[in-house]
This record gives sequence, C-alpha cells and structure tokens, in this order.
Amino acid sequence: MNKSRSTKLLPSITRRSALKGGAAAVAATALGGFPTIWAQDIEDIEIHMLGSAVSHIKELELMAEEALGFQILQTVVDFATLGQRAATQPRSFDTVEPAYQQINAIWPTGNFQAVDTTKLAYWDQAIGLYKKEGKIWPDAWYGQGQHPTQVQYTSAIDSRDFVEPETQWLTMIPTNHNADTLGIRPDLIGRPITSWAEFINPEFEGRAALQNFPQIGLMDLAMAIEAQGMMTYGNKGNMTRDEIDTTIDFLIELKQKGHFRAFWGTFSESVNLMLSGEVVIQSMWSPAVTAVRSQGVPCIYSDLDEGYRSWGIGFLLSKFVEGKKLGAVYDFFDWYYSGPAGAFFARQGYYMPTPEQTKQHLPADEWDFWFEGKPAVNEIKDPFGNVMEKPGAVRDGGSWKNRMGRVAIWNSTMAENAYVIQRWNEFLTA
Amino acid sequence: MNAAVSALTPYLKRYSSALQVTPLSVVLLLFLVGPVIVILIFSFYIFNGFFMEPGFVTDNYEGIFTSFNTLEAYLATFKIAAITWAVTLVFGFILSYYFVFDIIAFRWKIFLFLLSVVPFWTSGVVRMISWIPFLGKEGLLNRALQGIGVIDDPLEFLLFSEFAVIVSYVHMYTLFMVAPLFNVMAKIDRSLIEAARDSGASAIQIFFNIIVPLCKPGIAIGTIFVVALVMGDFVSIRVLSGGQAGTVLMSMRNQVDVLQYPFACASAVLLLIVLLMIVGGIMSVVDVRKQL
Repeated sequence: MNKSRSTKLLPSITRRSALKGGAAAVAATALGGFPTIWAQDIEDIEIHMLGSAVSHIKELELMAEEALGFQILQTVVDFATLGQRAATQPRSFDTVEPAYQQINAIWPTGNFQAVDTTKLAYWDQAIGLYKKEGKIWPDAWYGQGQHPTQVQYTSAIDSRDFVEPETQWLTMIPTNHNADTLGIRPDLIGRPITSWAEFINPEFEGRAALQNFPQIGLMDLAMAIEAQGMMTYGNKGNMTRDEIDTTIDFLIELKQKGHFRAFWGTFSESVNLMLSGEVVIQSMWSPAVTAVRSQGVPCIYSDLDEGYRSWGIGFLLSKFVEGKKLGAVYDFFDWYYSGPAGAFFARQGYYMPTPEQTKQHLPADEWDFWFEGKPAVNEIKDPFGNVMEKPGAVRDGGSWKNRMGRVAIWNSTMAENAYVIQRWNEFLTA
Repeated sequence: MNAAVSALTPYLKRYSSALQVTPLSVVLLLFLVGPVIVILIFSFYIFNGFFMEPGFVTDNYEGIFTSFNTLEAYLATFKIAAITWAVTLVFGFILSYYFVFDIIAFRWKIFLFLLSVVPFWTSGVVRMISWIPFLGKEGLLNRALQGIGVIDDPLEFLLFSEFAVIVSYVHMYTLFMVAPLFNVMAKIDRSLIEAARDSGASAIQIFFNIIVPLCKPGIAIGTIFVVALVMGDFVSIRVLSGGQAGTVLMSMRNQVDVLQYPFACASAVLLLIVLLMIVGGIMSVVDVRKQL
C-alpha cells in the first residue's frame, strides 16, 4: 500500500461523494412545485392547465385535443401546491382547478378574471346546486359549511368580491362534484356500518385512519362526534373556537389511546392502508375505494344515516389570458360541459354540472348504474376500460339524488382557519 | 490584442482574488441570502385568516413564542434528531473505523466506501417508502417473526411511529457520518499509534486518547449534516409516522399548505436561528477547519 497516495486521494473522494449524497437528499425533500416549461408557439394555441389528479388525466386531455384542435397541456399537482401556485404564480397557467374551499384564499388575490356566463353555451343547463336554489332537487339537503354558491358569483369581470347568486360573472366555472364518506373493509368488520359514530367506536381502536388535512379531517371527526351524541355543533363547517377546542381535545385523546392507526396524507397511502388490512374504517376518497376493489379486496363506500361530506372543484381563469387564447379557453369550457367529459368522469364516480349532456354521451345502462343507483345490467367499466363491477352490482350510496341530495356538510375553510391550523399542529405534537 | 491583454494584466492581478470569489458570491447571494431576506420580510406580513397582506406586524412572532406548541414541536424535533445523531454516530464510527484501520488494502478501502454510497443511486423517497411494506402490520418483518413463533400478534410500534422515522433516518443519513469520519481517520498518522503502543498504551487508551480526539472535526461535520437533514425533513416524518409526529417542519408544512406564509416564514426564521446556534455551538467546541 502506498500511504502518501492514499492520504492525497482520500479527501477529494470523500468530499465529492458527500456532495453527491447531499444533492440526492435535497432532491428527495424538494417534492412538488415542478416548473412548467414554456414552449409556446404564437401560431399554435396551447392552453396550460394546472390541476389535481382528480381531473387532470391524460386520456381526457387527448379527447379534448381531438375535439378542439388545439394543444392542451396539463400539469398535475396536489391541492395544497395548486392553491399556492394559484395565489403566487398566476402566469404559470391559463386555468387552474382548485376545490371550492380554497377559493376564499385565492380569488381575492386578484390573479383571475371572472368567467362570463353569457359566453358559456351550456350554463343555462347547469344544475341548481350552483344557482339560486343551491340544491340538486327540491327535497335535497342544503348542507352545513361553505356551500358552493357562497363563493360562486362575483360582481364584475375584474372584481375580487363574492356576491349572492346569480350574476353574470362566475368566480370559477364549476366542474366535478361528489360526496365523500367513510370507507370500510366489510370482510374484516363483519357487520353493516350505518353511522359516522362507528368511526370513533372503541371497537376499531388501532384500526381506523383519519385524513391528515386539517380542515376536512376535522369535519370527518365532527360528523362522528355529532353522530355519537357527544355534542351538537352550530355549524360543523364553520366551528366556533370552543367547538374547535372540544373537537381537537377529543382528537388528542383518541390519538393518545391509539385509536387511529395512521393519519394519511395521500391517495395512495389510504389505498395501501386499506389493502394491507392495517385499517378497516377510514376517511376515504371515492377513487381510492375503486382502487382497493380493483385489487380484488372488498371495500365499501358507506352510505351513512347522517349524510355525506361533499366537495366541488372548478376552473379559475388567469387574468393574463386574452385574445385568441381566451376564445380557445371558452371553447374548452363549452366542450367540458357538452357531455363527453361528463361521461368520462361519470365512470370515475363524479358528477358534472350538466347531467343532461352527460346522459346523451353515456349508454343507458351505465347512466342507470352511476346516476340512478340501479343494479348493473352489463359489466361496469372505469374510464380506462377496466372492469369494475359485475352485472347485478349496485353503486354504494345509490343514486345521484340520494348521494348529492344528502349533503351533511361541504368541504370548507372556516373563519377560524388560522386557529384550526394552530390547534391541529398541537394535536400532531401531542 | 496582446497590448490590450498586457494593459489589463495589472488590474487582473490586483483583482484576481475578487474575481475568483465572484461566481460563488453571486450564487450565494441569489440563492441563499436573497431568499432568506424574502422570508424575513414575509415573516412580518399580515395574515388575515385566508391569505397574506403586506404590512409590518410582530403578530407572527408573538404567536410562535406564546404558543405552547412551539416548545413541544422543538422538543419532539430535538428528540428525534438526538436519537438519530447518536445512532448514526455509533454506526458511522464503527464503519469508518473498520474501513480505515481493519482493511489493509487501499483498493478494498475505496471499494467498501463506494459500496456504502451505492444506496444513493436510488431515490431517497423510494428508499424511505420501502420501509412501509417491511415494517407494516402485515409486513415482512412481522410475518417472519410470527412465522418463527417469536410473537403472536404483529408488533404495531414498528410502523407509523417515531421508531419507523428514526430507522429511515439512520438508513438515509449514516453515510453523512461515515464520509467525514472516514476522511479524518484516514489522515491519522499511523506512527502516532505506533508510538503510543511502544510507550505502553493499551488499545482502549489509544482509542480514547488518540483516535477519538483526532476524529473530532469529522464528528462535528457529520453532526452538522445529520442534524440539519433531520431538522429539515418533512417527507419521511409524515409518511413513516403515519402523520402522527409533530415536528417543527410539520407545523410549518401545515401552515404553508393553507397559505399561512407569514407564520411559516416566522417559524422558518426561528428554525434558522436555532440551527445556526447549534452549528455555532459545534464550531466553538471543535475547530472544523483543522480538517480542511
């Protein structure tokens, strides 16, 4: 061994490898916030759409491009990143599709232009949920929390306010809506689950999971607390400080008892928790239920007596979109409402605001399964052609009227939002 | 052309060191000092419940210093950092010691060292996530232990716990201890050890009186790496604790997610100060420059 050589070589090698390792670690922690590459050709219109995995799907992008003839470029990020980009980088997209509960924080930034309903071909067909009635049918529940119509309308193309329905100007053009509930493993529970109270039933200690999103996680818990009879809230979607305190204190108690196995933060985490059997009852989003079932593992999206926690999403239009491109975006909105997209999303279990158009693009048996809650006549396939349900199967929760007609609460941002986050952080460290 | 160059030469000579540090200074100013200043400014902005507005208020700092959660979060973070530090130090020390003093052939030293870098060829996220199927209730470890009859019910503390978080940190960050320790150990003059042995020192005396003191700069640098990485992580901690651990970064992440930038910025400023104090403390005890 040559000693002098070894001492000369070593430092440089170690330093280099340490740098390499450092870079890998930095890359690992810097998730999200992918830069959009602008390669815009002035001749060819290209619409940059920023959205979530809920709706920004390659197949749909191709469908739209074929129907409309211009380029559509979708970027998928999670809802938190989406809200941040919408609020801080309005030039990085033409349209952005947040959830309704995010609008309070991003619409007033003034980064957007209102959508003109007179330029929308199908707005008159849009369901009452987004209009004065605020419901999908007369006997439907209105729901607590932030109803979409509370942030749906604004006074002028460039205003930053929210006004009562209906005006000519939309803050955002509504797209999909759906009803969320608890997902369960019927094979591991062995009895019907009919109430939100089961979520905090000690029987499921160590086998339940709550979603780790402060606002909606808190609502899932509030649904359970109220169903169990512990307390009654004035408005579960807009709690007072006292109500927040009571709910979080109870949550800390549950955590310390080990009631919750995990608090999941991504779609795939919720799927894995259910698939592996780590958890038998948990907050869930509907595609996650589908994903579990498609692995051959039974999973039910429970229809509970107290109703559903519903949500909606929609497109916001950047104020920097103008001219030819603005026309193209309106063409896209019209196409989105015209039916093919509605049929695509129906097969994913979501609902578009123009069901009449959706119906024209969906075979009758599929319409009956997804919207009417009738048993499947033929095999039911997802948007990608995979078989989801055998003939005879009925959709969990049944019809659109039953599911969206029994909205107990809307996903909301509470007035005491800052306090919610502060207490949620306390729960995490408890 | 030549005349122009020779006319410039005295200036180049005079400012050569300034010119040489310019690229690094520009990079540091743009990507380190600049963002920190922006964070500092935002930490005084107003948060109106939904978004931030320009202003100059100290509410954000008051919120941090009056919240009991701040102390809890820092204690939780320090605890995880301390355990990870201790374990990586022991592992890192043993590994480096083995590489440097037990392996004679130079080629083998380098080969084994490079081998410990191999895991870095895969994504850190993948390496972190792969602990889930291993440690889960129905995971490989529990299945194996049940299979050989050591346990009847699966061990739940393995996954979605601080244990899982620390395991993944140790897995990912031990190398950051190994590298600087390997470096300082390799530079220890063997004749020192021989001299000690000739003077009758025992192996333990050699270890504690010669090797450990000479390794101090390496330990210091490794400590800075590991502590900074652990305190700056919010991905592993969320995924492997099942969202049940609250650290400083987790609180900050939750604030950023709902656009509470002013609070998050104020927390970031505080964390920066705390980290600088830790690094300053280490620097005052150990002269890191000795190693360079």
